Amino acid sequence: MSKTSPRPLPASIDATVDLLAESEYLADRSLGTVLYLALKMGRPIFLEGEAGVGKTEIAKVLAGTLGRRLIRLQCYEGLDVAAAVYEWNYAAQMIAIRVAEAEGEHDRARLEHDVFSERFLIKRPLLQALEPDTAGAPVLLIDEIDRTDEAFEAFLLEVLGDFQITIPEMGTVKAAQPPIVVITSNRTREVHDALKRRCLYHWVGYPNAERELAIVRAKVPGVGKKLTEQVVAFVQRLRKQDLFKSPGVAETLDWAAALSELDVVALDPATVSDTLGVLLKYQDDIARLEGSKVKDLLDEVKSELRAAE
Amino acid sequence: MDAIPDQPGRLAENIVYFARALRAAGIPVGPGAVLDALEAVKAAGVGTRDDFYWTLHAVFVKRHEHSLLFDQAFRIFFRRRGYVDQLLAMMLPLAPAPPQAPKAGATRVHEALFSGLDDKLKKEREIELDTRMTVSDREILQHKDFAQMTSAEITAAKEAMKRLVMPLAEVRTRRLAPHSRGHQIDIRRTLRASMKGGGDFIDLRFIGPKTKPPPVVALLDISGSMSQYSRIFLHFLHDLTDARKRVSTFLFGTRLTNVTRALRERDPDDALGACSAAVPDWSGGTRIASSLRLFNRQWARRVLGQGAIVLLITDGLERDADDNLAFEIDRLHRSCRRLIWLNPLLRFEGFEARARGVKTMLPHVDEFRPIHNLESMAGLVDTLRKGGAGAGDPKAWMQKVA
Repeated sequence: MSKTSPRPLPASIDATVDLLAESEYLADRSLGTVLYLALKMGRPIFLEGEAGVGKTEIAKVLAGTLGRRLIRLQCYEGLDVAAAVYEWNYAAQMIAIRVAEAEGEHDRARLEHDVFSERFLIKRPLLQALEPDTAGAPVLLIDEIDRTDEAFEAFLLEVLGDFQITIPEMGTVKAAQPPIVVITSNRTREVHDALKRRCLYHWVGYPNAERELAIVRAKVPGVGKKLTEQVVAFVQRLRKQDLFKSPGVAETLDWAAALSELDVVALDPATVSDTLGVLLKYQDDIARLEGSKVKDLLDEVKSELRAAE
Repeated sequence: MDAIPDQPGRLAENIVYFARALRAAGIPVGPGAVLDALEAVKAAGVGTRDDFYWTLHAVFVKRHEHSLLFDQAFRIFFRRRGYVDQLLAMMLPLAPAPPQAPKAGATRVHEALFSGLDDKLKKEREIELDTRMTVSDREILQHKDFAQMTSAEITAAKEAMKRLVMPLAEVRTRRLAPHSRGHQIDIRRTLRASMKGGGDFIDLRFIGPKTKPPPVVALLDISGSMSQYSRIFLHFLHDLTDARKRVSTFLFGTRLTNVTRALRERDPDDALGACSAAVPDWSGGTRIASSLRLFNRQWARRVLGQGAIVLLITDGLERDADDNLAFEIDRLHRSCRRLIWLNPLLRFEGFEARARGVKTMLPHVDEFRPIHNLESMAGLVDTLRKGGAGAGDPKAWMQKVA
């Protein structure tokens, strides 16, 4: 995605949807509304949904189209303040203390003040996001927040509520311009209500057939019309099956790309069975579709498409 | 559209009432959210009904499962205010007294804005009432009254809880904390400590891995054969929820109910009352396989994320012990850190794993702990901590009957 020059925030819900569409992100109106409100009200947006429905992509597209810097914080178990917010440059501090000693500086308060100054601060994503930027406030993506523990979540409360961070040795750093915050979660655990309360919440669901078709056409343009329709109709049907993990939009795109690599023009049961691993990631689910099941589904898809013509 | 900031009266009032309706319907909506909603509506402007809907949705809904409630409430409320109060008063014994009759102007405004929904809603209302009153003939649905807990019992329970040592009581997290014999130098604290002495001595401080109790997920069978134990188990789970941070509790008989929130009530009687109100299938039949399946499907990925221990509390008396049961229990076993089966089966010592359900499930659990004489919390706590490693080995039970 090419970085465009900074531009103002969209002025209406329609403008927001159009803005996303420019970068080939086809959002439905509900998502457009939430995004517009988040931008307008300066609130973080909390996106929850199954894996592969395009939650992370929203932040990337926002940063790309608005020409803002994207700062990404990938969450993981054990993520701590030193990795997410700031760290002191200990080696430099140590040297500074030694130098002060050599110079005969013995005023402890002054030494402490010097050592804990911005010069020795290593800024990590959250602190970076609070810094002013010529292109406008950056987009801060806090990805998969459900992977960290509650302790870190509690720390985010200050950041998201007031857009400020308190560093005990230095004082409070406050953002002149609040960043655009996008938080995503796969819901592998419940995020605490206190955090959600500070955000606008949106559940990103699977797109309907029409929108998914448009998404595939926009993202994988090389695929034939017939194949695209079949792919989308098949995936839509697959989602209605009793599966442990339904394929997301990302899987649909991967599948369409894979099929086009294989020079497939139209779906047939053998090809589907061979490439099922692109769509389904659990052995139980793949086993469920073994035998004639794929053929049945495919026949349904084909008759449905024929009827629509 | 432009008139909103100038004329906040009607719309603001309606949003406040709507928030109250949502609260009564079970979505936790605080006063802060109401202010947010007003701000959001001002920011977005009332364009179409859809935009208005999603604007309020963005502010009021903080959980995916609340979406449905919101949808219902919105459709009913913004058709005609007042109706929702009637409905709530009818459905919920605890619903607040209906607010004053809507002023004539407000009703007109809303009918003008959202007309043409009357007929559709009438139908929906009938259907809605219908589903609530229908009782599947295959299930015995009943609520349960628990005897109140005496204060002596509560004290004894608290005492017992203190002695509770669960298998895998503490697991190492990837987080580091100050530690006297840690493996890594904590430069930050070291530096601070050295500065006290002016930097002449470097006083090393260490950090080491932090441990904490893993999340516990309890699946409690409340079917007829287990009914005499459900009180004690619920008390146990309530105390466990009280003592630890991450405890999720599910009850299953013929269906699966998540009672985690109900058990968070501080008072044990309140908590049990809330549980009882939430569960329609006390002392009915058991469908272990289908309940586990539902759990695996809907909840496993949400509550087993961080290396949870699963406490499966059931007697394993399942009539349809087939491949499905084996498959689901295997799936459960593979998605948690440790699967512990507490079985209060039979009050005599000569228990053997002969029942088909028990035989099917036994190979898939990490620990199997039958409980005899389950009369007190103390007994339960003792069973859980008894013997340490190897005591609950399911293989021993399997060999006995082989």
